[in-house]
Amino acid sequence: MNWPSALLGGFVGTLLLTTLEAGAQQLHLTRMSLPYLLGTAFTARRDRAKVIGFFAHLINGQLFALLYVVVFRAIGHGGALSGAVLGLIHAAVMLLVVVPLLPSIHPRMASAHQGPTSLRQIEPPGPLALHYGLSTPVAVVVAHVIFGAVVGAFV
Amino acid sequence: MSANIQDYAIVGDGRSAALIARSGSLDWLCWPQFDSPSLFAALLDDERGGRFSLSPAEPFRSERAYLNETNVLRTRFFSAGGELSVTDFMPVQEGFAPRLQPAHELLRIARCEAGEVTLKVVFDPRPDYARRRPQIRSLGKLGLRVEVRRGEILTLVTDAPLGTEGRLEVRMRAGEQLQFSLGYAGDAPAVLPPPTAERAAEALGDTVRLWRAWAARTVYDGPARDMVVRSALLLKLLQFSPSGAIVAAPTTSLPERPGGDLNWDYRFCWLRDAALTARALFGLGHREEAESFMSWLLLATNLSLPRLHVLYDLYGRSPAPETELPHLAGYRGARPVRIGNAAKDQVQLDTYGEVIAAVAEFVRSGGELDRPMANMLLGFGREVVRDFDEPDEGIWEVRGVGSHFTHSRVLCWAALQNLCELHEAGHLPGMPTGEFARARDRIREQVESQGWSEQLQSYTQTLAGSEVDASLLLLPWYGYCPADAPRMRATWRRIEERLEVRPALLRRYRGVLTRGEGAFGICSFWAVEYLALGGGTAEEAEARLHKLLGYANDVGLYGEEIDPETGGALGNFPQAYTHIGLISAALSLRDRLAGKKRLAGRGDAEARR
Repeated sequence: MNWPSALLGGFVGTLLLTTLEAGAQQLHLTRMSLPYLLGTAFTARRDRAKVIGFFAHLINGQLFALLYVVVFRAIGHGGALSGAVLGLIHAAVMLLVVVPLLPSIHPRMASAHQGPTSLRQIEPPGPLALHYGLSTPVAVVVAHVIFGAVVGAFV
Repeated sequence: MSANIQDYAIVGDGRSAALIARSGSLDWLCWPQFDSPSLFAALLDDERGGRFSLSPAEPFRSERAYLNETNVLRTRFFSAGGELSVTDFMPVQEGFAPRLQPAHELLRIARCEAGEVTLKVVFDPRPDYARRRPQIRSLGKLGLRVEVRRGEILTLVTDAPLGTEGRLEVRMRAGEQLQFSLGYAGDAPAVLPPPTAERAAEALGDTVRLWRAWAARTVYDGPARDMVVRSALLLKLLQFSPSGAIVAAPTTSLPERPGGDLNWDYRFCWLRDAALTARALFGLGHREEAESFMSWLLLATNLSLPRLHVLYDLYGRSPAPETELPHLAGYRGARPVRIGNAAKDQVQLDTYGEVIAAVAEFVRSGGELDRPMANMLLGFGREVVRDFDEPDEGIWEVRGVGSHFTHSRVLCWAALQNLCELHEAGHLPGMPTGEFARARDRIREQVESQGWSEQLQSYTQTLAGSEVDASLLLLPWYGYCPADAPRMRATWRRIEERLEVRPALLRRYRGVLTRGEGAFGICSFWAVEYLALGGGTAEEAEARLHKLLGYANDVGLYGEEIDPETGGALGNFPQAYTHIGLISAALSLRDRLAGKKRLAGRGDAEARR
């Protein structure tokens, strides 16, 4: 396994993932925006949030790429197909586990139980992030499968 | 039945606008921007257009006003049991907020001021020009949500117990207040502000401060200051802040004659309005807005070189093709409802004159002409020299009939005259001066020989024509001739005689196509300006101005036209062009009263002859 390749794969994969999600947003398939959600954890300024979130997202991508490499080592091989399968699992964990936790973790996200407050105002994603548009789960899965495939291909 | 057009008031945030009737019903709203499909359109179909209404359930009478020098509307409802106020605005603020704000929001604050009132709420959104009747879904304490289009939602966060049926009657006692925050999210998760009195007060305070600070920058000490500031606030509201474009009006298809078919989409930016708008904004000291509009103008025209289109969308592109919406009944049955505007494909030669006059105004006010801009102007000059002799659809966009309009010819003259002046001032090196000056002189010759009728003793609407046209009042404004020139005075007498339908109210011209339409607001203000420029006395101009001010609605807004019988508004509402006319007339009158013979930003017309 080659760590620099994994990092490069993580970088390219994250850029692709971000581009795909941005494309899905512009096609009105989803309002899900990972840079926006990550960035608003740091600032209330909408424009700055997207920039901060973009870089936070890139760093996240690197960390996940390293995690993927660890998994590839454990199973003994990498490759685009293994990466894609890993991406699918990654997307499932995101949608089923991380997304429902977001209102409890994110400092600016409102909760359906408490209602919006002056500090917590971002619309929560709902089950499978469906509140951000019915195509959101599909967009998330496709983007993560491609991310995994790219990382796998580089390793 | 839909409210009278003049019963509407506008609130907005420089990206979009909502029309709210005196009855408390929000009957028109397009998000995320002025020309987006509507979310509420009861204005164009009372039954199925969709509305968001807040009013007393009991019989009431209402009064309303904008909070002093703001675009925040407050309607007061008086019923037998008490008094209810509804404050409507789109929150805006200077700089960056310490907290997240919705990307698009309209905040409605209902407060029982005295006694007891039952507040009736109707929330019935119908996105996409009412082509859809979506389900309202509840998010519990996070309010209500409505799918607008794929991936886009409308949210309503409120502390009123409003459910998914969208109907509610709730008893309120003196001092009680309810907040309704209507929001829209299209490109990111929605921001849901808390429906608390504290947050509403904060948003209201920020918004009032911003509008007042902006209004305070208006430099004007002449007659009718309140109405001039109101007009400036409206222009600011109609200026699409991301690009600087100013929409002609925020509505579509409000009829120019009752029940008639003169129904057009005005949510675009006309080049014609350019020179007048630039002068109005510069004249009032709003340099930033004027420069932003100039940038839009230069960008838009740059995209369509070498030809100029008549109108452009908010980003300077060609608007979508004109289509009809047969499922909408139209304002009081006035069909068809149209979106898009086919006038974009017309030839209107006066637009060259307007654009060049606007740029000249910009340069006279201290703006710099860079090389590409100078080349662009020279390109326009060449177009004018080549085409000025061709027929066009003219200022009134007469569809399908090309004519030789005198006004268009004079604007071609103004285009070349302004270019010659810019050249003399050293701004246009390399201009083919001889060629441009010869064409300019030929146009003047043509206008004086064929655009003047000895029989009528007036300039005429078309070359060799026999009708007058209110647009001829602009000749002195563009420096073609002094306002007190004998021919101009005679033309004014004829226009007054033939086009004045009520004291101070002028029609645009007489013709088959204008039957049944009202008096044109802008033409009526042109008359004030003509008199102020020297066509009459300052007293005459002032008296006429004050009569016209009486035709504004209760919150100081005008439509495109004024019904001479009822004094009501006709056509799209509120109309930037009419308010630009008001500001321009008031500025000229102020100069006249101050004894300034030469008006700011204009050369000596006499010297040009």
